[in-house]
Amino acid sequence: MDEVIRVEGLTKRFGDFTAVDQVSFTVQRGEVIGYLGPNGSGKTTTIRMLLGLLLPSEGKAWVLGYDIWRQSEAIRRQCGYMSQKFSLYHDLTVEENLRFYGGVYGVGEEIQIQATLERVGLAAQRQTMVSALATGWKQRLALAIAIVHRPQLLFLDEPTSGVDPTARRAFWDLIYELVHEGVTALVTTHYMDEAEYCGKVGVMRDGKLLALDTPEQLKKQVLRGLAYDLFATPLIEALSFLEASPLPLRVGLSGDHLRVILPKEVEPSCLLAELQQAGYGEARIEPVEASLEDVFLALSGK
Amino acid sequence: MCILESNLRPSTVLIQAIEITKRFGELCAVDQVSLTVNCGEIVGLVGADGAGKTTTLRLICGALKLDAGQIRIGGYDIQQQTEEARAQIGYLPQRFSLYEELTVMENIRFFAEARGVQREEWLPRCLDILKFVGLAAFTERLAGKLSGGMKQKLGLAAALVHSPKVLLLDEPTTGVDPVTRQDFWQLIIRLAAQEQTAILVSTPYMDEASRCHRIHFMREGKIFIEGTPANLKASLSGSILEVRGEPLPLLRQLALEEPGVLNAQRFGDRLHLRVIAGKSTEISAALQKRAKQAGGKITALHWVEAQLEDVFIALLEDERRGRSHSR
Amino acid sequence: MVNSRLIALIRKEFIQIRRDPRTLALIIVIPIMQLFLLGYAATNDVRNVPLAVLDQDRSSAARRLLDAYRAADYFRITHAVSSERQLRDLIDRGVVRAGLIIPPNYGEKVHSGKPASVAFVLDGSDPTVASTALSAAQLIGQAHATAILAERAQRQGFGSNLDSALEVRTQVWYNPDLISAYFMIPGVIGMILYALTSILTATAIVRERERGTIEQLIVTPIRPIELVVGKLFPYVVLAIINAIEVLVLGAWWFDVPVRGNLGLILALSGLFLLSSLGIGLFGSTIANTQQEAMLTVWMTLLPSIFLSGFFFPLEAMPKVLQWISYIFPLRYYLVIIRTLLLKGGGVSALWEQILALTLFGVVIMGAAARRFRKRLD
Repeated sequence: MDEVIRVEGLTKRFGDFTAVDQVSFTVQRGEVIGYLGPNGSGKTTTIRMLLGLLLPSEGKAWVLGYDIWRQSEAIRRQCGYMSQKFSLYHDLTVEENLRFYGGVYGVGEEIQIQATLERVGLAAQRQTMVSALATGWKQRLALAIAIVHRPQLLFLDEPTSGVDPTARRAFWDLIYELVHEGVTALVTTHYMDEAEYCGKVGVMRDGKLLALDTPEQLKKQVLRGLAYDLFATPLIEALSFLEASPLPLRVGLSGDHLRVILPKEVEPSCLLAELQQAGYGEARIEPVEASLEDVFLALSGK
Repeated sequence: MCILESNLRPSTVLIQAIEITKRFGELCAVDQVSLTVNCGEIVGLVGADGAGKTTTLRLICGALKLDAGQIRIGGYDIQQQTEEARAQIGYLPQRFSLYEELTVMENIRFFAEARGVQREEWLPRCLDILKFVGLAAFTERLAGKLSGGMKQKLGLAAALVHSPKVLLLDEPTTGVDPVTRQDFWQLIIRLAAQEQTAILVSTPYMDEASRCHRIHFMREGKIFIEGTPANLKASLSGSILEVRGEPLPLLRQLALEEPGVLNAQRFGDRLHLRVIAGKSTEISAALQKRAKQAGGKITALHWVEAQLEDVFIALLEDERRGRSHSR
Repeated sequence: MVNSRLIALIRKEFIQIRRDPRTLALIIVIPIMQLFLLGYAATNDVRNVPLAVLDQDRSSAARRLLDAYRAADYFRITHAVSSERQLRDLIDRGVVRAGLIIPPNYGEKVHSGKPASVAFVLDGSDPTVASTALSAAQLIGQAHATAILAERAQRQGFGSNLDSALEVRTQVWYNPDLISAYFMIPGVIGMILYALTSILTATAIVRERERGTIEQLIVTPIRPIELVVGKLFPYVVLAIINAIEVLVLGAWWFDVPVRGNLGLILALSGLFLLSSLGIGLFGSTIANTQQEAMLTVWMTLLPSIFLSGFFFPLEAMPKVLQWISYIFPLRYYLVIIRTLLLKGGGVSALWEQILALTLFGVVIMGAAARRFRKRLD
């Protein structure tokens, strides 16, 4: 079985509010899917439905071959979940936390507990009280808790928010190690830096899944153009000028310069010429790689 | 008063922190941090949770007492001339709270009056600010009924109501969507460019940091790198190699075995290798060859511009290496 | 039911309790404090009421009457005054709580066999003290009068078997010395079982929500019922330890009799715990913070104490309050525990209370479990 998740027309309404609106997608074994969207866009509701914690209003979904309507017990046993808040008991040690969650999943063997601690690099801290751990270590413990019962599917909810880039990279190394062993990961995040690590990214907004593809494909297809950094002074006047121009798909302020998306067929020199004619003599334009943020803004019609 | 672009004129220092230090018991939350922000400048304070960003901002706005060092806001010493210094500051804390049962206008009026804005002044000033942040059409709406992005703009409006020369923003866009964040940054950049406000913004996000004019990376209470995004990225120019192909775990393994490759990070469908500058061509050729031998396939291999994240990690690793050499 | 998940949960809970020695110490010490506080301070016993005497007679008969008052430790004669004004002044200033006025011709009347009377003046500002003192004064007076009658009859040669015909014997069952502690300590047991369990349960569950750990727990295969039982079990253990602690201390220090069957006492206490755990659990489904949980439970605690007959007899309350009191489980448990300790009755005497407690426990637990499951969604 290579299809780990299949979702068809999944919808969840809370009263008048539609939190998840006709979402459909599939996830293959060994994929790392990023589910990118702001808080309140329906990411968590989707995950809760997949784990059988919420019943959908409409639609069908299968996780690891089990029907989410009827077999949520079986699903939960084989899935790991790492919540944004890390869900740790601060008055227990690292080892006691892991042993507790292991026990809840029916993992009684001490060997597996210790092996999991080794794997996330927490063996030396096993006796430390969680309240004394730094954020980076807490995050590793939260991951250990999510994988102690060797799940086939991992749900990670903003796993690396608030840690520094070094810790984030070490964390993703671990995730890819697990993925190499056949684990599939679904990562929800509102965080562009984090989404860049995923093999595929789904963009969620107002309960709808707007697109789901590799970052490369998203940048190619959604943007329908190329990204440039444009330097000109005075900045705000240059912005107003370009907003009035028909050439760019999008113009925005970005620090001390402007970010411009131009259609592929438009040469950047055309734009530059226009600017120079208007008196921005020192203007210059540089091609840059589009970011997922550019993709998100394009999908939102900005 | 500075009216011209900051890079055309000797700029005016509006925030000046000199070796400021704050201890909480054993913990040194802020350790001899020095920074300056000029008028019209956006400076980023970048770091993980617990790096000391919020404490630094609280010291600068005078909400916490310094253990050592000095802070001057527009020339006023925050410790000696607290009132004068604070009058210059607008501060948007991380958890900004509005009165949900008051309307937008009632909220902004409250903050204006609390800031001592004169009776005849507050109405035009509030309307100006609300227009600036895009809330002019919602003056009668209850703050509790605003969307997340609008609440944040109202928060910004409240921080700006007394026309401060200095704006301190503590993780202003955590948890909001990119569209709202984009809107918010447009406002901040306009403030810096048009009003010549000095802006100090803390953020854990690297992509957000790249929008600042200058960045200070904070770690364990210290500033360990600073510079403009362009300069920081340029310091790694020619040393980030992007590899696409499959299988990626194998390619990563091969890359790590290659001398001259300092690290290899997987990003979804691609790898980023950091290599020793100057060894580029060598490494590409060797990697192509070894991939073929091992049964892998490289579909694309080219240089990419370094990201701030790469810079952060590279500098941290260099520092560690330096530390272990000196031992 | 007993499986690795449940054991893991209970073990974790006990480690957490152990890690918080301050709370644990409070849990152990609070019952002892309450016991001593209520056993000694909140007593209805009237002892050593200060008494002023206005003896206008000064005969030997008057002295004998005073001796009778001195002999009973209800009163302490602290002042001898010479006028009614003086007496009034002492009572006004609160120096004495009662006054005994013996009229000038008292000795003469007693001697001549005529009905003699004395006046007893009481400060009624504290009704409890006043009523007890009043009846004590009457008892002493009557006893003394009987003694005088018997003496007189003897002197007149009616023989010694007459006195028994005249004497009014009062008899108090179960608590013959009318010691308040006997009444209070069973109440303390009930209050502790109720307050500690419901508050601890509510806060322990809400703490998981506050910390965000509930989020991780609900994605595990753990069932709601296991979660509830696992969370509650440690607090049941603590509550039973508390109950035994108070019982042992009450029997040993305050000499409270334990007349009923110990097994029955524990079994019915367990039944009562079902209600207090249910209230705690229900509170936890309403509250979002530990503070809220604490307040919610407190709100039920105060009326429970006042409407359960803990301090004040229910019979003396307005009818409406009496009806309301039926919804508080503590009311039934207090009857049960007082009966079992002081009277030693059995199930047959208590079946109404047992039925009421069972009903309440099942309903509140059921409602709480239903709400709890919903909150997991």
